[in-house]
Amino acid sequence: MESSYKLTHLRELESESMFVLREVAAQFENPVLLFSGGKDSIVVAHLARKAFWPAKIPFPLMHIDTGHNFPETIEFRDKFMDKIGARLIVASVQDSIDQGKIVEEKGFNASRNALQITPLLDAIEEHKFDCALGGARRDEEKARAKERFFSHRDDFGQWDPKNQRPELWNLFNGKKNMGEHFRVFPISNWTEMDIWQYILLEEIEIPNLYFSHMRECFERDGVILGKTDFIETRDTEEVKPMQVRFRTIGDATCTGAVLSEASTLEDIIDEVASTRVTERGGRSDDKRSEAAMEDRKKQGYF
Amino acid sequence: MEEVVEKYDSTGYLDMELLRFTTAGSVDDGKSTLIGRLLYDSKSIFADQMEAIEAVSKRKGEEHVNLALLTDGLRAEREQGITIDVAYRYFATPKRKFIIADTPGHIQYTRNMVTGASTANMAIILVDARHGVIEQTKRHAYIASLLQIPHVVVCVNKMDLEDFGENAFEKVRKDFEDFSAKLAIKDVRFVPISALLGDNVVNRSTNMPWYEGPTLMHILENVHIGSDQNHIDARFPVQYVVRPMTTEYHDYRGYAGRVAGGIFRKGEEVAVLPSGFTSKIKSIDSMSGPVEKAFPPMSVTLTLEDDIDVSRGDMIVKVGNQPESKQEFDVMVCWMGDKPMQVGGKYALKHTSRDARCVIKDVRYKMNINTLQKIEDDNNIALNDIARITVRTTVPIFLDGYRKNRNTGSLILIDEATNNTVGAGMIV
Ligand SMILES: Nc1nc2c(ncn2[C@@H]2O[C@H](COP(=O)(O)OP(=O)(O)O)[C@@H](O)[C@H]2O)c(=O)[nH]1
Repeated sequence: MESSYKLTHLRELESESMFVLREVAAQFENPVLLFSGGKDSIVVAHLARKAFWPAKIPFPLMHIDTGHNFPETIEFRDKFMDKIGARLIVASVQDSIDQGKIVEEKGFNASRNALQITPLLDAIEEHKFDCALGGARRDEEKARAKERFFSHRDDFGQWDPKNQRPELWNLFNGKKNMGEHFRVFPISNWTEMDIWQYILLEEIEIPNLYFSHMRECFERDGVILGKTDFIETRDTEEVKPMQVRFRTIGDATCTGAVLSEASTLEDIIDEVASTRVTERGGRSDDKRSEAAMEDRKKQGYF
Repeated sequence: MEEVVEKYDSTGYLDMELLRFTTAGSVDDGKSTLIGRLLYDSKSIFADQMEAIEAVSKRKGEEHVNLALLTDGLRAEREQGITIDVAYRYFATPKRKFIIADTPGHIQYTRNMVTGASTANMAIILVDARHGVIEQTKRHAYIASLLQIPHVVVCVNKMDLEDFGENAFEKVRKDFEDFSAKLAIKDVRFVPISALLGDNVVNRSTNMPWYEGPTLMHILENVHIGSDQNHIDARFPVQYVVRPMTTEYHDYRGYAGRVAGGIFRKGEEVAVLPSGFTSKIKSIDSMSGPVEKAFPPMSVTLTLEDDIDVSRGDMIVKVGNQPESKQEFDVMVCWMGDKPMQVGGKYALKHTSRDARCVIKDVRYKMNINTLQKIEDDNNIALNDIARITVRTTVPIFLDGYRKNRNTGSLILIDEATNNTVGAGMIV
């Protein structure tokens, strides 16, 4: 009899995330869901739909647009918003550069990933958001293993690793003072594998960049990068068609592709199960320093 | 859809359960090594992670690859060579997915272990075979008991340093059993291991033929967790009211929440607290369609037959099985604030989805968690102290004893000036 009152690991994770999303809607006045167009934020958006169904998601989604996208990402984003009937806000890195608030990195490894912080914090201030929901997972990177579901940020948007509130049971404390806000991570407890299994289970649509395709690519420091207008190649770097897919989708200038023939979700799951490199291992900006992520977190990066 | 599900089944993904466990041990008992070993032997370590720790081990001139480095976190800690908080790790076998709440073994220990223990199905308590049961072991056992972690595994580590002899192991078992007889630990097991060499962690040891029990991994994969939740006393704290206000769902009013206990079925008669109004469950909704029943820890949306006023903080229960509704009650509290608890002071209180304010009326006793002695007449409750206190709340709280239900028996206290979480409470 008991066995019928059990949830599988995916359903338990799903339920936990829905609980967190509902807490956000209940505890904050003006939350926003950060949507990158990558699989993790797609899953968070899907979970948000489930949490409030049959009502629409009761808060807007926001894309911090680096301007360095693969065209597929933006196409997918707009179709997705239409389908779920959500309100989308776009905060653009290009605008912040044009306004002279930030300076574009120069050189071959220039990337706009770190530049997302300014438009993000500006948008939070402009729209008076008191909570930004993100799709970060604790298994992604060492510095994230201690991140809370409800992560408190001071009025500069900064994260103080020594001053995070203890999180007990399922009692989330979102109380804050004026000017402070929270980052909340509903899928903290999911792994890359959980995400893929869930996408398959729930038949969630994702951008075709995740599936194997032919693309003009080149190799740099052991990372395969897609050729785009935003990235300069060295003479020694040979651009040639490769059969690849992406494991994460971010700034096109620093998101590494992997050689892969995985063209279905089942193939991807098999590939993830046998793969020997972490997801972020393919992001060239994380390689710059072992503690890179931690530094960016302290500054207010997702 | 059918097809996808079938394929899933055949690869086993749909049958996996989730087990959350916490690890406890004094500094140098081998906690980090054990976690590293579990990850390594279950093939949960990626090549780039392995390369990174190999490089660090080499730089530090260590002889073996230090598996403990795998679980090392923030930079401050790396620099100081210590861990300072609760870190969560993940790994999976074909049977289960595991979430480890890894807590450090030194200062602030109680606060961190309580945090890690609050969501755990299991606690692994490490004991150094050479030192046997020490004061800290007792402290860990007490916290596991206080937090009602359903399963406890005592790992007697560094058996290699005791020549894999049975005596050291048996002594730990006997001492622990003597001590824990006074506690409320329901299920305790003992495993002799060497985290460094891998004996009885994932792979069975050939060095200890006298031990006939399962390996640690076998326990992790097979311990029965189906009864860890309360399936008897139906409790549904309302988290959020869903009102689509669209043409299609014009009059829809759903109560979103996560089942905190018992089983709810469509058509059953329920009461709503605090109003006491009764109604019937009209439907249990989810985006993929209505379901017949809901049990913990499912997140669902209930609709009721009658149009009654229900809002966040209310609780839907069965008419014939209701929690107590109280404004004054006793709590075992673990203090987590830097400032000591103020007797007579006011705090914000969170219990299920209900917010209240409360005043600390009295300290009944403070616990000496090393000796399990109750200290009366000591009202100084500081960081990491555990005490039994009486609180009075501004509104009624719908509560069960913590032993009956961890969801409806737990609460947190919040400092109203800093908004920090300063107390973890278990209702007596
Ligand atoms: N001989 C032996 N040494 C061990 C064993 N487990 C851990 N150690 C060593 O004990 C020391 C402390 O281990 P560590 O995992 O860092 O302990 P922690 O402080 O509990 O995390 C390290 O030098 C380990 O190599 C074991 O089973 N046998």
